[in-house]
Order: sequence, then C-alpha cells, then structure tokens
Amino acid sequence: MARKRMIQAINEALFEEMERDRKVILFGEDVEISLFGDTKGLLDRFGPAQIRNTPISETVMTGAAVGAAAAGYRPVCHLMYGNFMYTGMDSIANQAAKLRYMTGGQIKLPIVYLAVVGGGRSAGAQHSDVLHPLFMNLGGVKVIAASTPADAKGLLKAAIRDDNPVIFFQTAGRGGDAGDVPGGDFTLPIGIGDIKQEGTDVSIIAIGSMVRLAMQAAQELQAQGISAEVVDPRSLVPLDEGLILKSVAKTGRAIVVDEARLTCSAASEIAAIIAEKGFASLTAPVRRVAVPDVGMPYSPVLEKVCLPQVTDIVRVANEVCGKKVAS
Amino acid sequence: MESPLASAEGSDASLTAIYRRMMLIRKMEERLGEIQKTGALPGPVHLYIGQEAVAAGFCAHLTDRDWIASTHRGHGHFLAKGGDPKLMAAELYGRVGGICKGKGGSMHVADFSKGIIGANGIVGGGISLTTGAALAAQLDGQGDVAVAFFGDGAANQGVMSEALNLGALWQLPLILVCENNGFSEFSPTDTVTAGSIAERAQPYGVPSLQIDGNDIKAVLQAADEAISRARAGNGPTLIEARTYRLRGHVEYEVTFLSKGYREQAEVDLWIGRDPITRTQGYLVEQGITPAEIESIETEIIAEVDAAFEFAENSAWPDTSAALEDIFA
Repeated sequence: MARKRMIQAINEALFEEMERDRKVILFGEDVEISLFGDTKGLLDRFGPAQIRNTPISETVMTGAAVGAAAAGYRPVCHLMYGNFMYTGMDSIANQAAKLRYMTGGQIKLPIVYLAVVGGGRSAGAQHSDVLHPLFMNLGGVKVIAASTPADAKGLLKAAIRDDNPVIFFQTAGRGGDAGDVPGGDFTLPIGIGDIKQEGTDVSIIAIGSMVRLAMQAAQELQAQGISAEVVDPRSLVPLDEGLILKSVAKTGRAIVVDEARLTCSAASEIAAIIAEKGFASLTAPVRRVAVPDVGMPYSPVLEKVCLPQVTDIVRVANEVCGKKVAS
Repeated sequence: MESPLASAEGSDASLTAIYRRMMLIRKMEERLGEIQKTGALPGPVHLYIGQEAVAAGFCAHLTDRDWIASTHRGHGHFLAKGGDPKLMAAELYGRVGGICKGKGGSMHVADFSKGIIGANGIVGGGISLTTGAALAAQLDGQGDVAVAFFGDGAANQGVMSEALNLGALWQLPLILVCENNGFSEFSPTDTVTAGSIAERAQPYGVPSLQIDGNDIKAVLQAADEAISRARAGNGPTLIEARTYRLRGHVEYEVTFLSKGYREQAEVDLWIGRDPITRTQGYLVEQGITPAEIESIETEIIAEVDAAFEFAENSAWPDTSAALEDIFA
C-alpha cells in the first residue's frame, strides 16, 4: 500500500498493462505530450508504433479502435474531454456497442475509451458534461466511474483486460487527489461496488466525482446526529444493484448523487431500481441530487448553483431523515 | 496464405473462378428479390445487382488474413470474400443457422474468420473499422491489408476524409474502394456530390484513380496495384469504381416512393454495360465455350437452391438468444 495521486494511479495502470501485454496499444489526442498526465512517459517506454497521437478526428479514432480490437489488439482510445465523444458517437454507439451482438457473438471487442468528465473549473458547457447516462443506455458497453486512486488503478487494469468495450471516465480537475493504492498486480472486478463509509440512517449513493462530496457530507451529518452510509457503485454498467439494495434495506432511506444532468441520469436509474426492488424497506421517498438540465455555465457563481454541493446533500439528508432529527 | 482465386491469378482458371463468384452474387440476389415479394424475409434488402465486378475483382486479390468492411448493400462483398451462401441466406431469414445466428440480418452479415468485418447499416460506418483493421495489420507486420468498400454516399461523410488523413499519416495498408453507383439512396449522385470523388485523395497525397467498375479487367488491375502498394508498406489508395445500381435503393421501394427518381432509359443504358455480360465476353475471348458458361450458371443455380433450402429448414432462434452475446 502506497500513497498515490489519482493521475499517477491511472498512469501506472496503463504502464503495467502495456508492459504485461504487447497487444495493448494506445492512441488519441495529444497522448504524446499528455495534457492530463495520464499517458505521460508511455511513448518513451513503448515507442511510436504502440503509442500514437491522432488527428482530432473522433469518428475515425473511435471506429479504428473497434477495427483494431476485432483484428486482435486491445486498443485504449483517449478522447481527452468527454464532450468530444459526441463527435465520435457513431463508432461507439453503432459499432463498438453493437458489433459483437449483431454478428451473433463472433468476436470480442477489448476496447477502453478514456475521457475526462465533469465541471467545476469554468470550462464551459462544451467541456464539462458528465456523460455516463448516455453510455448506460447503449446496452453494449461497460461504464466505469472511479472515485479514488485505488479504484481507478484496479478498475482501469481490469478494463484493459476486459474483452468488451469499456468507457473509463476520469474526473476533471481531480488528478491530484491522493489515496492509498495497493501494490503488486492490483485489479478490481468491474461491477462490484464499495461501501466507502458505513452508516445506519441514510444511504448516500454517490457516483464518481460525487463520492468525495458525499464523504464530506457524511462527516457533517455525523455531527448533526445522522449516520450516513456512502455507497460507491464504481461502475454503472454493470451496476452492483445488490450492494445498493442491501444498503437501502439497512437504512430505509436513499439519496442518489450524480454530476450528470437530472433527466435520465444514473441517479434516475438507481432511484427507479430502488423504487422497484427496495420499496418495502423505504421509510422516505428516494431523492436525487443532480445537475439541472442545462449546459454548464461559465461563471463560477452560476456553475456552483448547478453542481451538487456538500450542503445540498446535507440538506436533503436532513429532509429524508426529518422525523428522526425531530425526535 | 493464398486464396483459391489469387493463386490462379492471371490464368484462364482465375477469370472463370471470379466469374463464378460474380454469378453467385447475381443469382443469390435475384432470388432474394423474388423472395422479398413473398414476404418471407423479415427485413429490408439492398441489392448489389450490377456492381458484382467490384467486390469480385478486389476480393480475388485477398486472403482470409486480409480484412474487408462493407455497406448496407453488403451481400456481394460477403460472398466475394468467401462468405458461405447458406449461412448468409439463413441470416436473412432470421434463423439460428445464419452466420450471425439471425441477430444481424441483411445489413450485418459478417464472418470474422474470413476477414469479413461485415456489412454495415451506417453509411460510411465501415471506413473507420477498416482503418483500425489496417492499423492492426500494420502492427502485425505480415503484409496483410484492409479494404473498405463504400458508396458514393459515404464519400460525403466526414469519416472518408478522416481516414484519408490518418491513413496517409500512418501509411496504413488501407484501400478505400468507393463504388459510385449513381445514387445516394434515392438522390442521384450529381445532386448531392460536388466535384470528383477520386480527386478527394489528392490533397492528402494519397494515390487515387477512377476506374470502370463494370469492367472486371480494369477492377483486377486497379486492385492489384493498390493492394500490392499496401502490402509493400507504401500506404493507402482511393479507388472510385464507376458502376451502376441496377435495382432500387431497397427492394420493394416502389410501394412507398411517391415518385420515381430515374429514367428507364438510363437503367437500360447500364444494362448494356452489365459486368456479368462483359465478363462472359472476356471468357469467350479466352476460349471458354458458351456451353461451359451455361454449365457454370446451372451449377450456381443449384448452389443457390441449396442455400435457400438450408435457410428455410433452419430453425428460428430460441427466444433466450435475445439476451445472449451482449458481453463476452
């Protein structure tokens, strides 16, 4: 176990998997210079055949990943900002997500699409989207939203070894977040969530970047006499429904926190699952804390009111625990 | 590894083998057109009739290690690359014995074991996939190549420019074969396409040429040059094969189109340039007798009969299959 930054954990995962398997190749926008630091040093180590800068041509990049995977490689395709995935969406939605299924399972498509998502840095509406809801709806790609350096490393290594298209989202601006990362060849199974903090009064199911806020909210709630359990699904496809339902069965209350826009967000999907399968254990309505249905505004003042805040989570937790707090 | 066609290249046997492949495509598709009228096919079919020389000519130079990707008009490429007509027919019937277990249908026939990435329902969709297969071939270093077949409609998708740029930068073993068949769905090419498609390669420094796609000899020569260039590591080529879609965009279109979009005289003109008839002419020049040509047709018809008999006798998929093959 060693203390590592998020970006270091991701970088190590890439190094280790490329070292382990020479069929792993990586290409994308500015991966040689590495804008975020995640691909730093890979070119020097693995050379220009396996590490390639691409033109800003998302359609051919995302589709070439499919063709290379079908032909036996394990491409990691770096899209830089999540919003740029919209430009490459045909190849992801129509090709990567469907080619195995519509050809009757003839092939495996081991692809990782990497992208940075999320707001909070005044990057504006076209560099701040959180896109996992879109990919959750495709039905043929796995979706990972890791919240800690350890989870990021373990899940990215698993994603590269997975025989399916996997979307791996990094959180913008959080590359410096530090955490303990296990040593050795550390992988985590995709589809297994994690209880980041145990509690008894309310389950706060937080996705990706929102886990950090949920942990802060849980601390404040503790001081207010509310014991919050923080549930981190870690991957949205597949989704660890069992872990979420078990937590809700224990607490009887659920808040889902998502940095995606509210309508059809992961929070909406998880709320629906709790309503369908965990209704009997609920003592209060399931609540969603998410971004309003707008493109992220530029001004920090406006951006702050759109992004979920610790105070929002604390307020909603108090609301759902209203009776308990009153007593 | 050599394909049966490539190994006999240049000989009389070669052109006969290529002709057989063209005839197989033609007869399979004529039968599909008839069956479509009976309602036996669950989904739409887009026929390749009139364009057979392009698929057969290029695939004659390819082995199972080489990759191709195709279009919504993809039966011809599937069969030309060695796809099994029985498995294709069963796929179009939506049966479990189909090449994709009935999950893909006409627009998704694929056989990865034969290097057929498959037909594709998205215009231009196969171009990026082929670019990736070309990257894999380059990394493998075995001299394999990837051929993208697409139409003039796809030439107007941005991905063709993206692939030309990337293919040129990385010197990928990529052959872009644009089959200009005169129509983007229901729009005549000249109403939606500016300038020359072949010339679109020039700014990228990619060699390109326009050929008569209904002349098997012209196709074979252009394919040989482009594929040899790619195998030697000298990068991509764009070929615009001028041909003509003798059938509609989709079978049965007359039942829903409010008006026609071409003159019969134009169709008749191109019937006079039928690639099958022209290839027969070459065979006769090589000394193949009309009786031998006729016996080829008879054999092919028997093969087509067997393919559709197989399809009709193949079972429907078990309903549990709907939720299988999503993830590996």
